[in-house]
Amino acid sequence: MGISLALTVALILVAWAGAAAGLQAVLGTVTPYLAGLTFLGGVIWRVVRWARAPVPFRIPTTCGQERSLPWMRYATVDNPATTLGAVARVALEVLFFRSLLRNSRFELREGPKLVYFWEKWLWVAGLAFHWSLFAILTRHLRFFTQPVPAFVGWLEGADGFFQAGLSALYLTDVAVLVALTYLFLRRVLIPQVRYVSLPADYLPLFLIMGVAGSGVLMRYFFRVDVTAVKELALGLVTFHPVVPPGLSALFYVHLFLVSVLLMYFPFSKLVHIAGIFLSPTRNLANTNRERRHINPWNYPVKVHTYEEYEEEFRKHMIAAGIPVEKAGPPAQVGIPVEKEGQ
Amino acid sequence: MSAPKPQELLKISHRPPRTGWMDTPVQFRRGTWCYPGKARSLEVLDLPFPRQWSPEDDDWKLPPNWKEIVLEGLRERLHRFRSLQIFMDACVRCGACADKCHFFIGSGDPKNMPVLRAELLRSVYRREFTAAGKLLGRMVGARDLDERVLKEWFYYFFQCTECRRCSVFCPFGIDTAEITIIARELLNLLGLNVDWIATPIANCYRTGNHLGLLPHAFKDMVDFCVEEIQNVTGVGIEPTFNRKGAEILFVAPSGDVFADPGIYTFMGYLMLFHAIGLDYTLSTYASEGGNFGLFTSHEVMKRLNAKIYAEAKRLGVKWIIGGECGHMWRVLHQYMDTMNGPADFLEEPVSPITGTRFENARSTRMVHICEFTADLMKHGRLNLDPSRNDHLVVTFHDSCNPSRAMGLLDEPRYIIRNVCRHFFDMPENTIREYTFCCGSGAGLGPDENLEMRLRGGLPRANAVKYVHEKYGVNTLACICAIDRAALPPLMDYWVPGVGVTGVHELVGNALILPDEDERTTDLRGNPLPQPAGTGDPSGPGVSDLDEPGGPGPRSGPNTAPGREA
Ligand code: SF4
Ligand code: SF4
Repeated sequence: MGISLALTVALILVAWAGAAAGLQAVLGTVTPYLAGLTFLGGVIWRVVRWARAPVPFRIPTTCGQERSLPWMRYATVDNPATTLGAVARVALEVLFFRSLLRNSRFELREGPKLVYFWEKWLWVAGLAFHWSLFAILTRHLRFFTQPVPAFVGWLEGADGFFQAGLSALYLTDVAVLVALTYLFLRRVLIPQVRYVSLPADYLPLFLIMGVAGSGVLMRYFFRVDVTAVKELALGLVTFHPVVPPGLSALFYVHLFLVSVLLMYFPFSKLVHIAGIFLSPTRNLANTNRERRHINPWNYPVKVHTYEEYEEEFRKHMIAAGIPVEKAGPPAQVGIPVEKEGQ
Repeated sequence: MSAPKPQELLKISHRPPRTGWMDTPVQFRRGTWCYPGKARSLEVLDLPFPRQWSPEDDDWKLPPNWKEIVLEGLRERLHRFRSLQIFMDACVRCGACADKCHFFIGSGDPKNMPVLRAELLRSVYRREFTAAGKLLGRMVGARDLDERVLKEWFYYFFQCTECRRCSVFCPFGIDTAEITIIARELLNLLGLNVDWIATPIANCYRTGNHLGLLPHAFKDMVDFCVEEIQNVTGVGIEPTFNRKGAEILFVAPSGDVFADPGIYTFMGYLMLFHAIGLDYTLSTYASEGGNFGLFTSHEVMKRLNAKIYAEAKRLGVKWIIGGECGHMWRVLHQYMDTMNGPADFLEEPVSPITGTRFENARSTRMVHICEFTADLMKHGRLNLDPSRNDHLVVTFHDSCNPSRAMGLLDEPRYIIRNVCRHFFDMPENTIREYTFCCGSGAGLGPDENLEMRLRGGLPRANAVKYVHEKYGVNTLACICAIDRAALPPLMDYWVPGVGVTGVHELVGNALILPDEDERTTDLRGNPLPQPAGTGDPSGPGVSDLDEPGGPGPRSGPNTAPGREA
C-alpha cells in the first residue's frame, strides 16, 4: 500500500513541478495524446486477444432452475435458456452488479452455528462508485463538445440539485468520494481482503482519489478558468492542440493523473470492465443439451473400445449369460469371481 | 484415519497469518491431503511420468524440464480457453468470493479463499505471460514458478471440490472451479494426481466402472439388488444387460450398484422401470456414468465418457437415461455432446409412457432420471403411497454440479413431495444455487483426507443440523453417488441421527408395484410406520409448499394411474 501511495504522490509532484517549470505543452498535449493512444490500443489489443481465444465448452454458472419440463417454471435470467435471457443476464451484471448483490458474510457461533448475513455495502459502494464515475465522465463532455449536447445539461441539472455556495453541488462528486473511501477502508480493514490485496490494487484507488480530489478542489475551492479548459479540451479532440495560458498547476495535476490512469488501464485489473461482457460463465445460455456446442480444437482421443473390452472379458460375459458379439470358448462352470477393489 | 473431536476441529481462526501469502510455504499435514496416484494406474491411461512419490517427501522426482512442461502447458491452455484468459486478467480482488468457499469456512486457511486459490496460478501467469508481471514482479502479484509453488498447487488445487459456489458470487463470473480444472491438468502433465482419482479412472477405462467390477461381478451386484427387491415386495424383476434393440440405455453411477446406501437408490430405479414397463437395458461396458476424468483433464474426461455413446450406438437404443449423480451430470450436461457427439444415431428423447418430448435434451439425447420421473408423476402415471415414507422427515441436499452447472433444482423436490409427506428445505443461503458442497467432491473423498472433508462439510452439515433441530429432520436426500458415500460420515460426525438417501430410494419405498405383496418394511428392511395416524395431513411436519407451475403435492396415495396426458 505504501508503495502505491508513494507512487501517486510522486506523480502529483511530477505534474506540479512540470507545470511550474513551464512544461504545459507536454502536460497538456503530449501526455494526453500518448495516454489516449495507449488506452485505445491497449484495450483493443486486450479484447482482441480474449476474443481470439475460443470458448470450447458451454459453461454457464446456473443460478436458478433450468428449463426442462414445460410446466416447471425456470429462471429466465439467472439460468437463461435463450439468447435474450443471456443478454439480460449480462446487462444486469454490467448495469446493476447482479452477482455482487448476492454477497453475504458468515459468522461461526457457539453450537456450532453458522449464520449468514446479507452483505449489501460492497454492492452499494461499488454501484455508487461506478455510476457516479460514469455521470462525472458524461458531465465532462461539456468540455469536449461544441455545441454541448442537451443531455449533458439535463444530467447536470439532475446531479446538481443541491446548492453549495454559488455553484451547484454535484451529488455524484460526493458519492464518488464517499464510495472511494469505503472501498479503500474495507480493503485495509477487512483482514481477508487486506491479505489478498496487492500494491496493484491500491494504486488505482489512489490514482482515482487523486483525480477526484483535484477535480473537486478545482470546482469548489480553487476555481479553474473553465473557458481555458474547454479551449484545451476542444483543441485535443479536434487535433488542433493549443495550450491556453492561465491554467493552474492543479489542473495539470488532474490531467496528468487521468493520463496515467488511462495508460495504466489496459495492463491492469481495470480491464475487468471488458471482462464481464466476455465471461463464459455469464454470457452463455444454458442450452447445453438442446443445442450442440462446437469445440474448434476438438481432437480424437484414445478410447477403450467395446471390442477390446469384450476381447478381454468374453469368457466371463458368456458364463454370466451376458450377450456377446463374437462366440467365445465354451463356457466353463465356476469361474472364480474376480473383483478389483481400489 | 481418525479425525479430531468436533470441539478441536471447531477452533478455527479466520484471521490470516502475519506472513504474506507468497512467504507462507505449504505444510502437508496428515488428514488434509490425499495419497498420490499409483504408477500402475497412470500407466493404464498412458498418463505421463508414472512413479512412486509422496507429497511429504522433499524430492517429488520431477522430470528435469518440469518447469518448461508446466509453462508450455499453461501457454497452450491460454490459447484454448477464453475463460482461462479472462479469469486470469479480470479479478479485482474484491473478496466477494473469499468467504463463500466451504473449505475456507471450515479451515480458515486463507489460501482456501477462492480468490487466493486462483492467485496461486495467476501469480505465475503474470510473471510469465504479462508485461507488467515481467517488469514489476511482486508489485503486481507476480512470482516465479519453483518447487515450492508447485507443491502449493498440489495441496490447494486438490483442496477445491470444483463446486462453483464462488462463481455465483463473483461480479465477473470468475469460476475458480475452472481454474482448478486447468491447474490439475498442469499437475497431471507431471504425473501429479491423487490416487482416489487415478485408480478409479484406470479401472473405469479398462472395466467400464470405477470399482473395476468385471462384467459378471457387475451383474452379480445388480442381481443382489433384484433379490432384495423380491424380499421386500415379493415382485421379481428381470433387468437385462447389453441387450440390443432396447429402447433406452440406462447408465447409473457405479456407486449405486455396489455401495450402501446407493444400492437402495438403484433398487428404486429398477422398481420404477418395472412399474412402468420400460423397455431398457443396462450395460456392463458403459457401467459407469460418473467420470473422474473431470478431475484429471478434459482429455481423460473425454476418453472415459466416449463409451456411453459408443454403447448406445452398438446396442441401437433410441436414447439414454442417466441416474442420480452429480459430477456425472456436469459431464453429461456441459461436455458430452461437444466432446463425444454428435449423437445423430439416437432419436430425440420422448417418454414412451407419457409422450412428453424432452426438448431440453434434444441434441445430447440423454435425460436425467429426475426429469423423467417428475414427468411421470405430473402425468399421474405412478401409483404412490407416500405414507410408507412417513417415518422419514426429509430435507434435500442440492449437489453442486446439478445445481450450478445445470440447474436441476425443482425436479428432485417435486419428486420428494410426491413420495414423502414430511419435507423441509434447509435455510435459503445453503440450498439451490447457494448450496454447500459435501466437502468430498472432485476426487477428495479418501479416508486419509478425512479431516479436510469434515471441515469442508461443516457448512452443509450445519444447515442440516438446523432443520434437524427445528423440524426433526432425520433424512438427508440427495441425487449424487459421491454424496451418498460422503454424507453419512459427515452426518455421523456433525449431526448424528440423520441418515442419507437417494431420491429414487424414496420413490422405491412409495411406489406401489403391480402384484406386490403388502410391504412390512422399507427397502432397507426398517419396519414401516403403522398406518394409524398417517392419514392426518395437517399434523406437524407436513409440508404444503406450492409447486412451481404445477399442482400441489398429493398428500395421500395416488391411486389414479393411467390418466391421459
Ligand atoms: S469475487 Fe471475483 S473479482 Fe472478486 S475477488 Fe473473487 S474472483 Fe476476484
Ligand atoms: S469451486 Fe468451490 S471448493 Fe473451489 S474455490 Fe470455489 S467455492 Fe471453494
